[in-house]
Amino acid sequence: MRRGALTALALGVALPAAAEPPARVVSMNLCTDQIALMLAAPGQLISVSRLAVDPLSSSMAAEAAAYPPNRGQAEQIFLMKPDLVLASTYSSISSVALLRDLGVTVVQVEPVNALSQVEAQILTIGQALGRETQAEALAAEFREGLKGLTWQGELATAAMYYPNGYTSGAGSLADDVLRTAGFHNIGAELGLTGGGTLPLERLVMAQPDVIVTSTPYPGGSRSEELLNHPALAELRQEAGLATTTDADWVCGTPHILRALRSMRDAREALE
Amino acid sequence: MKYTLPVLALLVALLFAASLLIGPAGLGLGESLHALITGQGGPVVLVMQEIRLPRAILGLLAGAAFGLAGAAMQGYLRNPLAEPGLIGVSSAAALGAVLSLQTGLAAAFALALPLSALAGAGLSVLLILLLAGPRGGALALILAGIAISALAAALTSLALNLSSNPFAAMEIVYWMMGSLADRSMTHVWLAAPFIALGLAALLSIGRGLDALTLGEDAAQSMGINMARLRWTLILGTAAAIGASVAVAGAVGFVGLVVPHILRPLVAARPSHLLPAAALGGAAMLLAADIATRLIAPDQDLKLGVLTAIVGAPFFLHLIWRMRRVEA
Repeated sequence: MRRGALTALALGVALPAAAEPPARVVSMNLCTDQIALMLAAPGQLISVSRLAVDPLSSSMAAEAAAYPPNRGQAEQIFLMKPDLVLASTYSSISSVALLRDLGVTVVQVEPVNALSQVEAQILTIGQALGRETQAEALAAEFREGLKGLTWQGELATAAMYYPNGYTSGAGSLADDVLRTAGFHNIGAELGLTGGGTLPLERLVMAQPDVIVTSTPYPGGSRSEELLNHPALAELRQEAGLATTTDADWVCGTPHILRALRSMRDAREALE
Repeated sequence: MKYTLPVLALLVALLFAASLLIGPAGLGLGESLHALITGQGGPVVLVMQEIRLPRAILGLLAGAAFGLAGAAMQGYLRNPLAEPGLIGVSSAAALGAVLSLQTGLAAAFALALPLSALAGAGLSVLLILLLAGPRGGALALILAGIAISALAAALTSLALNLSSNPFAAMEIVYWMMGSLADRSMTHVWLAAPFIALGLAALLSIGRGLDALTLGEDAAQSMGINMARLRWTLILGTAAAIGASVAVAGAVGFVGLVVPHILRPLVAARPSHLLPAAALGGAAMLLAADIATRLIAPDQDLKLGVLTAIVGAPFFLHLIWRMRRVEA
């Protein structure tokens, strides 16, 4: 008995959450939004971030439209009287700290930087929601889906090219997707870690087999104008293939498998 | 000094060549020149003809525009502090450009970009001349300029913050500081005709500005049409600065530093200073653009950062000198 109480103390705050699933959950991050949408019990999730309804960023925009959106600010979220708030370690530090001061339980998850971390992410959020069974099923489904998609043959070259010349380097989720689908990532080969800018002329000189650009947002911007540069247009023509990223690339959720499948198809098309 | 113009022209030619030969891709000298001229050599051709050439041409043209417009305004207002960036002409041009981009006008009709920047620049020059008066007292000029700059910059930020495009708000720095990174030949074709017209108009008023050094009455008695002079200055500045800012952003201080350095070399004669300032401006902008690539090749350091680091101390120095003269 006494021993049990001590164990409970050692486990700290995790115990009450595990004992009784939170009834009102607010997610304030695009990636936790989507996993929570897949795992939560009916009525358990009461708000998702406003990005979740943007089809250019979110793979579950249609599902998310049924929930009131939040802007990730403490005042608005506190007034929703949540038992649990899901956030990323990159969510606004001041909003998270303020919510914790107000007595709200906030679970923060690390952003996923590799396909191998997706399962753990699903399980963490499942545990926080008290939906372990559903989380294990979803993780198993992901594991199965990933199995068939790993490319075994020779690697081709690919470059990610986003607005402002931004690219994904080593140690990023996109880099892992490229490698698994059968590509060397030009960004990583040119020495970038995480993300960084790739000057257009270095991209031109690298002559990748596949160029992956992003879907432009509405409204003009100089950053995205770069994607219409004549040199890039010619490079796209010379490259074997050009594809675009979409919402499926953004988060380490099971939807990343769709991004992986599209790159796998691109790799097969090069053969 | 009769060698001033040839020496400046040579400097510009050297910097133009350097701008073509320096870049993050680190190409060989022979290989890049061969690719540029013959169009043979695979990806190197693309780098030289589609990436570096437009960048160097725009650096040359926009630099000439900033330098010449500064010298012309200083000649007309007889005030060494008049500079398109400081008195809000560049910020107003940037506002015009941003509005045409954010309303979708520029996407529907490509010329809308330089034209609306031109309109912004023209309106602000008109406003400045109106507020500061024909004599252009230093204090009135600078204060009017600060107000116009602040308003135009605030409205630019507002337009970019309200944009439906998440990248637009990140571009506030670009519009305030300017950059020539990743420009294409499309931008050259859009801007070059307007800049060329503006430069020609501003170069044509040299004789009028010479006469104006003797005072307005004397100039009029020498047969200078003051209304015509003023309109040529306004339209020339609007065309040159508007089109430059539309494709390169608002690069400050070039029009202040360059005329200031060159004035003693041309015996302070406006008609001699104008072509020298155009060449000097081109040299300064090309040099600054080369420096951004040498200092931080992968970072897109903004041009205006470097010109302000060189230019702001000049500005302080000029104010210091004027204070002593006025005291």
